[in-house]
Amino acid sequence: MTSNPRTLYQKIWDAHVVESRDDGTSLIYIDRHLVHEVTSPQAFEALRVSGRTVRRPDLTLAVPDHNLPTTARRDAQGRRIPIADPESASQLAALERNAPEFGIRLIGDADIEQGIVHVVGPEQGFSLPGATIVCGDSHTACHGGLGALAFGIGTSEVEHVLATQTLLLKQSKSMEVRVDGDLRPGVSAKDVVLHITGVLRAAGGTGYVIEYTGSAIRSLSIEGRLTVSNMAIEHGARAGLIAPDEKTFAYIKGRSYAPQGADWDKAVAWWQSLATDPGAQYDKVVVIDAADIAPSVTWGTSPEDVLPISGIVPAPESFDDPSKQDAVRASLAYMGLEPGQRLDSIPVENVFIGSCTNSRIEDMRAAAAVLKGRKKADNVRWAIVVPGSGLVKKQAEDEGLDRIFIDAGFEWREPGCSACLAMNPDKVPAGERCASTSNRNFVGRQGPGARTHLVSPAMAAAAAVTGHLTDVRELV
Amino acid sequence: MEPVSQIDGRAIPFGRKNVDTDIIIPAHWLKTISRDGLGRGAFEALRQDPDNLFDSAEFAGSPILIAGDNFGCGSSREHAAWALLDLGIKAVIAPSFSDIFSGNAFKNGILTVVLPQEQVDRLLEVAKTDPIHIDLEAQTVTTPFQDRFRFEIDPFRKHCLINGLDEVGLTLARDTAISAFESTVQAERPFLARGTGVAA
Repeated sequence: MTSNPRTLYQKIWDAHVVESRDDGTSLIYIDRHLVHEVTSPQAFEALRVSGRTVRRPDLTLAVPDHNLPTTARRDAQGRRIPIADPESASQLAALERNAPEFGIRLIGDADIEQGIVHVVGPEQGFSLPGATIVCGDSHTACHGGLGALAFGIGTSEVEHVLATQTLLLKQSKSMEVRVDGDLRPGVSAKDVVLHITGVLRAAGGTGYVIEYTGSAIRSLSIEGRLTVSNMAIEHGARAGLIAPDEKTFAYIKGRSYAPQGADWDKAVAWWQSLATDPGAQYDKVVVIDAADIAPSVTWGTSPEDVLPISGIVPAPESFDDPSKQDAVRASLAYMGLEPGQRLDSIPVENVFIGSCTNSRIEDMRAAAAVLKGRKKADNVRWAIVVPGSGLVKKQAEDEGLDRIFIDAGFEWREPGCSACLAMNPDKVPAGERCASTSNRNFVGRQGPGARTHLVSPAMAAAAAVTGHLTDVRELV
Repeated sequence: MEPVSQIDGRAIPFGRKNVDTDIIIPAHWLKTISRDGLGRGAFEALRQDPDNLFDSAEFAGSPILIAGDNFGCGSSREHAAWALLDLGIKAVIAPSFSDIFSGNAFKNGILTVVLPQEQVDRLLEVAKTDPIHIDLEAQTVTTPFQDRFRFEIDPFRKHCLINGLDEVGLTLARDTAISAFESTVQAERPFLARGTGVAA
């Protein structure tokens, strides 16, 4: 084999090439495939029509998440509470029909393991370092926090993976984003990735797979690393990666589908060999000083529109690029903001804590720590916490976090994608603001006319307490 | 996928330029669970007009659509190809297509024929009253009036369409290589080969 120093990305890529073609594409083997109810029905239908089977049903895991209401799913007698939206109900029914028909393990809507695909995969030990992982969802890069090469795919590709367990791909360029130094108190993984998105801009990672390195990244918990990698797509990258280490191995060990016994030792030995070799070259390197990162908040309608909470709403003229100036004007009009306004003066009527970015136990704890003994402000009309999975929910309840949220005036919901995207009943009303721990502040993302401010779980909790965007460090 | 080689029949003389995928299939049709039935949503806004071509006795169910420049621009939704297929369209003739749309069309066995504007104009005229014939083998479009227009097509795409090969089918033909790779993984990285443990 090659003796040239290689990056983590190159090593995972090389380990998955079934065959290479003259046109620069390679047939890449896919180790893990997650399917949910929205992007899989037509893929299964195509298999059925052509009489094809799923090549490796054991490498696919099905979980509904996007459309499910986050209210109770069973009544006191254990009967399903019908989903009001007929299209959501039919997508769920299709997944429940397709998974058993094709021999795929389905985690059901009321199972305790159910949750957002990107929370469930790592939690079940299904997502592993060094694996190639795909899902018909753009936030699949999340699993890169474990050191997996993970990315979103379209419906035709879902079908292709189901039938062949491979994808025909061209290798991306590699980028290192190194965050050196120690994170300041009150700065979370979400602030790190929002800051990175602000530095790279929304398209800065286009064409790249990004490896996040440096002492600040290493210092993050696995939950925090999943949060960072989750938003790789928000700065345009195909995938994000963080080299697996002892923390990663400790996180995975003992989970349902994690390797055991001799397999485990073999796995750890291989995972340890994946780290980027000294001297390996990236196509691009971006260095960020951890000390520059503050608790952050978005003010516009692109995730790159991010500033420290101490900042002010920028003027369109402060941007060099004329097309960005126009975009900022449109953003500010949509967001109902004026240049010069202090970010920490912006009132919010809604607070959403959840999504594949921030719904793990650490996120629940960070928000609860701020809310303990406090109540949401009167002008906060709607505040919900949506745990990323039934297991996160249970753990939080075992720790008494649900009481803290409920006492503070939050609703404590069932797991799902919820108000991250307006595909289920959880929506932000037109013209209202939401301090949201999700990943996209696009126009209409949380509902037609909804105004999203992306923040960390602790910052969302702080906004709930004061009724406006707030520097969480003032409350702790 | 159904093999495509000779397409014969009436052609809808649509002729419109810059037909985006929102026109072909509006966003509210994306919450479906099937590729079938999307024909009902195809060109939905245009079909509000009771005199529209798509529902006329003469053109309903025609296998060919003739359009203007830049057909299929806009969002990448594969539903656009599914909607046309469900409408019965097997080929679209236009002076140009968006790359994403022609890729999606190809994946679903729809032939996209690129011809110069003046030839498209001639076909639009003929289509009003007479059938059109597309011969993919010979790469020609002909009319009952001695018109014979030759078109270019990527040899790989032509091969796939004539033999009814889709990308999945082509990769399935690499089964030996994929199986060999799986054996290697089983031997060297068995922990990746296990998955959920449901029987394969």
